[in-house]
Amino acid sequence: MSRGTARANPLARSSGRPGEKVVLGLLFACGALSIVTTVAIVAVLLVEGSAFFGSISLVEFVTDTRWQPFGEPGSAGFRVGIAPLVAGTLLVTGIGLVVAVPLGLGTAMYLSEYARPRARAILKPILEVLAGVPTVVLGFFALTFVTPLLQDIFGARTIDIYNAGSAGIVVGLMIVPTIASLSEDAMSAVPRELREAAYGVGATTRQVVARVVFPAALSGIVAAVILGMGRAIGETMIVSIAAGNLPTLTVMPGAQVQTMTAYIVQAVGGESARGSLTYQSIFAVGLVLFAMTLALNVVAQRVVRRFTQEYG
Amino acid sequence: MGLSTPAAASHRALADLRRPRGRRATEAAAHAVLLVATLAGIGFLAVLLADILRDGVPRLDLDFLISYSSRHPEQFGVLSSLTGTLSLMVLVALFSFPVGVGAALYLQEFAPDNRFTRLLQVNIANLAGVPSVVYGLLAAGVFVYFLGFGRSLFSGAMALSLLILPVIIVASREALRAVPTSIREAGLALGATPWQVTYRQVLPMAMPGVMTGTILALSRAIGEAAPVLVAGAVFSRRATNEPWKMGEAFAAMPVQIFDLVKRPQHAFQIEVAAAGIVVLLGALLLMNAVAIVLRNRYSRRW
Repeated sequence: MSRGTARANPLARSSGRPGEKVVLGLLFACGALSIVTTVAIVAVLLVEGSAFFGSISLVEFVTDTRWQPFGEPGSAGFRVGIAPLVAGTLLVTGIGLVVAVPLGLGTAMYLSEYARPRARAILKPILEVLAGVPTVVLGFFALTFVTPLLQDIFGARTIDIYNAGSAGIVVGLMIVPTIASLSEDAMSAVPRELREAAYGVGATTRQVVARVVFPAALSGIVAAVILGMGRAIGETMIVSIAAGNLPTLTVMPGAQVQTMTAYIVQAVGGESARGSLTYQSIFAVGLVLFAMTLALNVVAQRVVRRFTQEYG
Repeated sequence: MGLSTPAAASHRALADLRRPRGRRATEAAAHAVLLVATLAGIGFLAVLLADILRDGVPRLDLDFLISYSSRHPEQFGVLSSLTGTLSLMVLVALFSFPVGVGAALYLQEFAPDNRFTRLLQVNIANLAGVPSVVYGLLAAGVFVYFLGFGRSLFSGAMALSLLILPVIIVASREALRAVPTSIREAGLALGATPWQVTYRQVLPMAMPGVMTGTILALSRAIGEAAPVLVAGAVFSRRATNEPWKMGEAFAAMPVQIFDLVKRPQHAFQIEVAAAGIVVLLGALLLMNAVAIVLRNRYSRRW
């Protein structure tokens, strides 16, 4: 029952009729399309990306500290090291996690252990609304509200018009619902008996949360944070609007940076012709982005499978 | 007295255990901190909406909805982006609904418990985690160039369809799982074939849940800017004003908002962009309302 009901399902047996077989074949094709999608993503990224690495050495791509992929290879100023884009992505993601982890976990603990049913019934749908706000809207808010606010607090000299800080904060708020709802699921799955036993020996709510529920749900919470991190890395519009388009190798939150996703949007906007190095570079960057998010997904699934405690 | 003392003492001991000295303050503090964390997200949403309404509502009127793009902020309208987004939605629904429900039916009702089925499930979970901009790259490589559809409405719709397929599959499976097994057994016992049971009994019963999930997935799709931007959307000054032409460059609301926010003129960047956002959020609100009504009106508990 736990993993799909395929085994228990009475329909999952073959019918002799040819019509039934055709329908089943069609349904199978719908399911198999997801495999085709994955293969196509990998193929597109590899084909166009490898064309890029035909003219650019992998060593330069990994070690160079400048990202200036415009013009011809070998010409003055043409440098293609992905480090600034990766650094920009990680800076924004790091700021996002600093915001999202405490807020997301705090929300999850409150909803799972403290809130009364009526409060939950009001708070959870509001968080779903937050999760449904288009990211282009969040980008507008980051640029026109959060950035001026940061400039008022820290001064316009330390905070550029486009900066990693404001984009990171809003990216963090964007992934709060993801982290909160997945962590809350993990906490709610902790058996009631564990809580009752702890209360029975005199523990307070805070102690139950911190020493019983949190450790018992830790694998699910870690997975939630990793999945949130994956969403932050792949987020495109907030960073395109608010973080800027200047590839910078920096750790300063007030500085303008460019993320991998923002580069993809910028280069596409230039409508570079297919076959040009700029066009191929989009897919090379996309390949790195895809590999990073896929790795995080796989790690999250492993964490859940490996460290999930079985109860009962 | 001799009898009551131990009882009173043990009662006091129990009270001490329940509320030991100094713990009350820490308990209250912990409660308050977690409540503040919860309210922070909600406060953010409230400030966001208030800011956008303040900037956008003054610029909003009927002309804004029925005018095309203009160089003058006071004459600018979103008609071409609005029709572009509507055509996108229709195309995405036409493709992703049958395919998503088909995949969910296969996985939930018919798939044998083998390695391939498990691979399918893991693959769908992984696809849900792929960044939306990568679906744009997929559509750019496959539909725009390889299949020759160019930067067009069709390519953009395919990017969005593939993006939301995992969401529709997961939601539909959930709805199918909620239909009791006894319904299927009863159908089979009466001599119906597995597909007859599926099509005439199971699917209609799961339909409210399936529809709700699909509408929510569609509302996510029409808010997405990155995949359509990469796969073919253009800003409204160069877009077709005839959105039924599937092979032409098109505009879409989120992409148009992105263009407006990026402009240097304050009137475009703030007022016109915010007015566009209000229109987009209004459309999303409408779709969500429909989904909630469907869920409340037709959902059955077993």
